[in-house]
Amino acid sequence: MGKNVLVIEDEPNIIEAISFILSRDGWSVATHSNGHDAVGVVQEAMPDLVILDVMLPGKTGYDILRELRSEDATQGLPVLMLTAKGQVKDREMAERAGASRFMTKPFSNAEVLNAVRELVAG
Amino acid sequence: MAQQTLAGSRIRERRVMAGLRQAELARQVGISGSYLNLIEHNRRRIGGKLLNDIAQALNVEPSLLSEGAEAALLSALREAAAETEAVVPELERGDEFAGRFPGWAGLIAEQHKRLRSLEHTAATLTDRLTHDPHLATSVHEMLTMVTAIRSTAGILADTKEIEPEWRNRFHRNLNEDSLRLAEGAEQLVAYLDDAGDASGGMTLPLEEVEAMLAAHKFRFDSLVNATPDALSSFIDNQPQLTSDAARDMAMTVVRQLRADARLLSLDMLERQLGDGKVEPARIASDYGVPLSTVLRRLAAVSDDLLPIPLGLVMCDASGTLMLRKPIEGFAIPRFSGACPKWPLFQALSRPMQALRQTVTMTGREAKRFDCYAVSEPIGTIQVNVAPLYHSYMLIVPLEEAGEAEAAVGSSCRVCPLEQCEGRREPSLLADVG
Repeated sequence: MGKNVLVIEDEPNIIEAISFILSRDGWSVATHSNGHDAVGVVQEAMPDLVILDVMLPGKTGYDILRELRSEDATQGLPVLMLTAKGQVKDREMAERAGASRFMTKPFSNAEVLNAVRELVAG
Repeated sequence: MAQQTLAGSRIRERRVMAGLRQAELARQVGISGSYLNLIEHNRRRIGGKLLNDIAQALNVEPSLLSEGAEAALLSALREAAAETEAVVPELERGDEFAGRFPGWAGLIAEQHKRLRSLEHTAATLTDRLTHDPHLATSVHEMLTMVTAIRSTAGILADTKEIEPEWRNRFHRNLNEDSLRLAEGAEQLVAYLDDAGDASGGMTLPLEEVEAMLAAHKFRFDSLVNATPDALSSFIDNQPQLTSDAARDMAMTVVRQLRADARLLSLDMLERQLGDGKVEPARIASDYGVPLSTVLRRLAAVSDDLLPIPLGLVMCDASGTLMLRKPIEGFAIPRFSGACPKWPLFQALSRPMQALRQTVTMTGREAKRFDCYAVSEPIGTIQVNVAPLYHSYMLIVPLEEAGEAEAAVGSSCRVCPLEQCEGRREPSLLADVG
């Protein structure tokens, strides 16, 4: 079994597509679809990488990321942020919150796959 | 000064060219024929609102009347020159250029005017795209659908061997997402169509209320003694108000403006403004009325009693702009947050204290304004219940040059001020990194 990726995204068909391409590449994929308890889910699963959407029901991706960065166990966890807002200020917000990488929707499958490989390879 | 004294001659020349009789032009701009006659013979100075009104009636730029054609052209060339960095025009030879090549000079001036108009349109559209919540949500939703479709289609196109179960699932997902995308696109087009129709882009109740207030110039003196039924009927018959929400909001505002008119009649204000000075605190003190009443009332009557209209803006304690009477040179944003340096917002932290500040509006024209602001509690005062406040700001244009205490903008998106601690987001107009 390959390394673990946790996808936190509220759009089911995007979850399905990302899960498929990562699984085919040998990754073990878990998914979650709301922001409310996302921090607890990450802490329990302790994946090798988190793909995190910004706009989530219950709590924003920025808030979730800030909480993860404030905990020792998840401080250095690679997090790939996804957003439909591609403005400079959104990218800056993601950087300030501690994103390892920021990707703007719509993205290609190859872009996601490359980003995941690079982030986990360190 | 010589140019100013010849403004009357230019008015006469333009009026004759337009085929208008003196009495006819006088009637259009609301003055007597004999007064216009004195102006045309350069025996009365003219400026401000009256000059603008006459220019509008004659369909010419005011500067064409006050300074002459060549001066207007030179002014436009200087403005164009000031806004370019890549090229350095020979400013000292502007007169010679305009004189020798009036056609080319006119073309540059015209292109410059068009550029400014396009910049204004771009700023307005960006303002809307950034701050219209409905539009932002719709675009976000559509981008999410596009992402799902692109990803799913990519899988179907690029995966050589795919299990039938997965293939069927992705086909179903594609179908679902494309339907949602089509639905979202239709809704967005309908929304944009509504925003761009002949009603002037009125989509929000507040915009409808503002259009109705503007149509009446914020004056509702005729309703001072109206019965509740008559008032309701008046509101129901306003063509700009198309929803119950807009009618409810309009009723609240009209009741307030009507109450203001009861406290400060037109006659009272006419006496106070006889010397042309705008002194809200003196009026509030003389008649024992709240300063906010004076600010609202002055803005309402200024179109008729003063040479230049006064502006007004009101917000609640969250800073949300709830009432706007814009004036030339002081842009009040509709969707985006306003400049936090406005005295309007300073007043919220100092309730019941009258503030006055002279400000310069950033931008090309850099006009100066006296701003009077006050925030007052709303509703009934209750024990141990913190009151809510509404803040009002009267905007008085200043014609003479002078020092301003502060430079303020309209909103960050269209403000070129580089060093500003209040900046929330980058400007479209300059690199403010």
